[in-house]
Amino acid sequence: MDSYDAPESTPRQCASSGLKDYFIGATPLQKRLESVRKQTSFIPTPPRRKIPQCSQLQEDVDPQKFAFLLHKQWTLYSLTPLYKFSYTNFKEYSKLLNAFIAAEKQKGLAVEVGDDFNIKVIFSTLLGMKGTQRDPEAFLVQILSKSQLPSEHREGKVLWTGWFCCIFGDSLLETVSEDFTCLPLFLANGAETNTAIIGTWFQKTFDCYFRPLAINAFNLSWMAAMWTACKMDHYMATTEFLWSVPCSPQSLDISYAIHPEDAKALWDSVHKTPGEVTQEEVDLFMDCLYSHFHRHFKIHLSATRLVRVSTSVASAHTDGKIKILCHKYLIGVLAYLTELAIFQIE
Amino acid sequence: MGRFHWKGPEAARPLFFRRTLKNNSEPGTSRTRAVMSLQRKVKNSQARKRTSQGSNSYQTTLSAWKVTEDLSDSKSISKHGQNNPVEDYERADDQAEGALQIALTYFEKGSIKTSQSKDKTLEKHLKTVENVAWKNGLAPEGIDILLNVALSGKFGSAVNTRIFKCMIPATLISEDSVVTAVSWLCVGKCSGSTKVLFYRWLVAMFDFIDHKEQINLLYGFFFASLQDDALCPYVCHLLYLLTKKENVKPFRVRKLLDLQAKMGMQPHLQALLSLYKFFVPTLISVSLPMRKKIYFKNSENLWKTALLAVRQRNQGLPPEPLKLMLANVHPIKRKWNSHSVIPVLNSRNYSKESGKKGMNLSDYFSSNGSFPLEQLKSFPQLLQNIHCLELPSQMGAVLNNSLLLHYINCVRDESVLLRLYHWLSQTLQEECIWYKVNNYEHGKEFTNFLDTILKAECFLQEGFYSCEAFLYKSLPLWDGLCCRSQFLQLVSWIPFSSFSEVKPLLFDHLSRLFFTSTIYFKCSVLQCLKELLQNWLLWLSMDIHVKSVNSPLETTLGGSMNSVSKLIHYVGWLSTTAMRLENNSTFLLHFILDFYEKVCDIYINYNLPLVVLFPPGVFYPALLSLDSSILNQLCYIMDRYRKNLTAAKKNELVQKTKSEFSFSSKTYQEFNHYLTATVGCLWTSKPFQKGLYIDPKVLEKASVAEYKNSLNLVHHPALLGYAVFFLLQEWPKERKVNLSSIRGKKWNWYLDYLFSEGLQGLKLFIRSSIHRSSVP
Repeated sequence: MDSYDAPESTPRQCASSGLKDYFIGATPLQKRLESVRKQTSFIPTPPRRKIPQCSQLQEDVDPQKFAFLLHKQWTLYSLTPLYKFSYTNFKEYSKLLNAFIAAEKQKGLAVEVGDDFNIKVIFSTLLGMKGTQRDPEAFLVQILSKSQLPSEHREGKVLWTGWFCCIFGDSLLETVSEDFTCLPLFLANGAETNTAIIGTWFQKTFDCYFRPLAINAFNLSWMAAMWTACKMDHYMATTEFLWSVPCSPQSLDISYAIHPEDAKALWDSVHKTPGEVTQEEVDLFMDCLYSHFHRHFKIHLSATRLVRVSTSVASAHTDGKIKILCHKYLIGVLAYLTELAIFQIE
Repeated sequence: MGRFHWKGPEAARPLFFRRTLKNNSEPGTSRTRAVMSLQRKVKNSQARKRTSQGSNSYQTTLSAWKVTEDLSDSKSISKHGQNNPVEDYERADDQAEGALQIALTYFEKGSIKTSQSKDKTLEKHLKTVENVAWKNGLAPEGIDILLNVALSGKFGSAVNTRIFKCMIPATLISEDSVVTAVSWLCVGKCSGSTKVLFYRWLVAMFDFIDHKEQINLLYGFFFASLQDDALCPYVCHLLYLLTKKENVKPFRVRKLLDLQAKMGMQPHLQALLSLYKFFVPTLISVSLPMRKKIYFKNSENLWKTALLAVRQRNQGLPPEPLKLMLANVHPIKRKWNSHSVIPVLNSRNYSKESGKKGMNLSDYFSSNGSFPLEQLKSFPQLLQNIHCLELPSQMGAVLNNSLLLHYINCVRDESVLLRLYHWLSQTLQEECIWYKVNNYEHGKEFTNFLDTILKAECFLQEGFYSCEAFLYKSLPLWDGLCCRSQFLQLVSWIPFSSFSEVKPLLFDHLSRLFFTSTIYFKCSVLQCLKELLQNWLLWLSMDIHVKSVNSPLETTLGGSMNSVSKLIHYVGWLSTTAMRLENNSTFLLHFILDFYEKVCDIYINYNLPLVVLFPPGVFYPALLSLDSSILNQLCYIMDRYRKNLTAAKKNELVQKTKSEFSFSSKTYQEFNHYLTATVGCLWTSKPFQKGLYIDPKVLEKASVAEYKNSLNLVHHPALLGYAVFFLLQEWPKERKVNLSSIRGKKWNWYLDYLFSEGLQGLKLFIRSSIHRSSVP
């Protein structure tokens, strides 16, 4: 087969056409395309990342304020920029979303628009939940059940919670105009049907698009390494990995639990560059685990699929479910998830 | 009275399905099977006609599409490809319907007596009916028969329940059947529970009844049934759907109020009352509480999935086998909201919906005096209101609306395009069937979606950036089979950009597939690259002449030409290798030459300063092809190259000053070389004088030592047949066909004969490239 080599073009004047030629003074749309091109042509993730620092929250924000976001299982979604979203209209949004939920829940029935339904929708900002000053403010949507009796328990129990955030989302922020609000990471806790209804409302109202954010084994390994690398005062949970062996009729799961301090010791032995995690280190870390397991059980874990990683910092499942345990590293965990979400919407 | 959002069955749907078949069956008459099957055939053909009518009406509303659609030939190819599975599907259906006919006849004539063996046959037939009903739905006649059976009290209520559950229309239900069924209710042969089921069924299927005038005439009868406590809620729901203004009478209002007094505040009665009050407010002075919003229990739920399928069928979507709702086969909910991928067109006006004080969002959602999209029906309207158009709340909706595509085409607002970009790229990835395992059952949906996008791209004559981004991500994962035609068409709509930049992202993957796939795949790829070239050329020629201030790509003409020429060289490389891989297949060569037919005319047709010749690996196999049409096409291309190069040279001389785009002498030399070879092979019998040496021994071995004389218009393998026919036709009495006798005058006649046989390319070539003084 011939090797392909593009011959010199026919016109004598052969302009040096490169990336720059095509995208000088480009519109946001072309910037987007260019970033997609870059992403596709190079390795999908940068070969090195920072180890989450102790507290990257704004100094004046009390990390305990977000304690209610911890220890809950969140389903992850990526979200394209919201069009004409405004932080000053939360009240109206609450009303409209309330009416929308009422209408959706009673499909096939006559429904009247009004705030007269046994649920309550609350929009609120999560002040300070950001990586840089440029990141837009995160916000929270909660659905509370309203008790039928107008007694003292006006605030019923929380039926559903969802929040939108953007932590170190610079690469996305650069490519959109000011009509858009970039909150690429959406986390939901509650019934899937509620997520669907609320997501639909957001899609209809702000012309955005939700997609479930799955985490592949490659990224799970990264999480395992980065979270093991975090300094902890005391460990709350064991470090645990779950591999899945695709065999019929039932798939086989292999769980592998390590004492967190042993995991940290292993990490310290493979870790070289201070403050950073590199691809080689991640690979080495996982390889060590694999070979240890193989020595004892004669099973090559590298031939199976990593589906879950739990550490004291957080635990993540390949289905796109996450539970954050340590408030110190909340921002760090979210930063990586934001990165994954941005990658998915590019 | 508050504002109502009726989210149930759409009450009024445009009835473009006119009832074509009159149902002659009376209850109780028995028919022979022969008659039945005859009717069935009639019905089938009519059903087909109906569906085609349906699609026609779709096309007429989008007549603007039609024109652009014709432009792309591969479109029609793809349509043909889709036909077969549908036909297979229909054949399987035919068999199933045979069994259905037997089952229906059984029900119609079946005796009342039940014994063990009867039970078995009954079960068998019931199963048959259920299977067909859930899969494809039943024809109006089938439903008619089953309604009669169920309501005549022939079988027990358990059987009746099963019959009702599977009474799912294929498309529509005839009004007559319903009227007949109501008459059965008066006979009093069916149990109360069957009656309830009938009303629930009627409410659920209300939208699929073809007419409602006659049913409305029975309003009084239904109203009287309100007396029955068990039936009351369902009858209320039916009346709620059926009531017209003229049905609201004082005595009915009185009756309803009486009932309410008797039974208390029942939501269904309130619903009907509030509807009455809505129609004739003066008749009802009672104030109705506004708090209650749930009026009816959901009657649909028994038939919920079935109804969805019927709706899809009626909207002209291809039939999809319906799954019974089994507890363990619930697939993960794939999509949140709609049944279709593309959002519905809705203008972005929330103040309208909220309608209450203090909920005015208009300050930031939309300005006053804007033009709602729902009213946009014609192009002039678009022009008048283009400055104050209320854009759709979801930009993806424009894909289905040609008027808005016009708008998108000229809009400068970057945010509009960004919204479309995000929506489209995410939807493509979400829907793409080779992204996820086990997602292949949605293939048809994805294909339809791609078709819609392609239609829009065709209409705009422009590709979407999001499709390009999608190709980057999905092409490396593509198997070359899935949605091939659509996918390759997406490739042909890649917006113009730097070829060397796009090559590693797209074309390297494409060549890998190209070399490892069948000849048909190779041909489709070549076809798609031809279309890509054409799209780029059109775009560039427009861009150069308009040279708008806001040119999307800030690039020099030289850069653009460089990119195009790289594309052509890339195809040349593909073609050369493919010719070798496929043993110089004539079929493949046709597609390659089609591509070069575009290439050779760039200078004249598109006014772009570019002439790229074909590689020797294409030229020589074409020149020595055994197929006269290939040779003819080659001659045509050679002639066009000549005209283009001559025009370029002329322009250069006129302008005197050296243009920056003068062609290198290499191109001219190369062309002259090809020209000499062609003339040598066709005219002078002196082929390959220069630059080609063949060992005489090899020629001897092949017993063509005298090869030189074997290549001219008479002896060329592609034309030999013509020469023989020419001689036989002109001198039928000659005993021996002497090919070398074609010379002098005969040669000229022979030429005329060739031209008359349709070798127009050859004619053009000989007229322009050969001076006729030298007749051999």
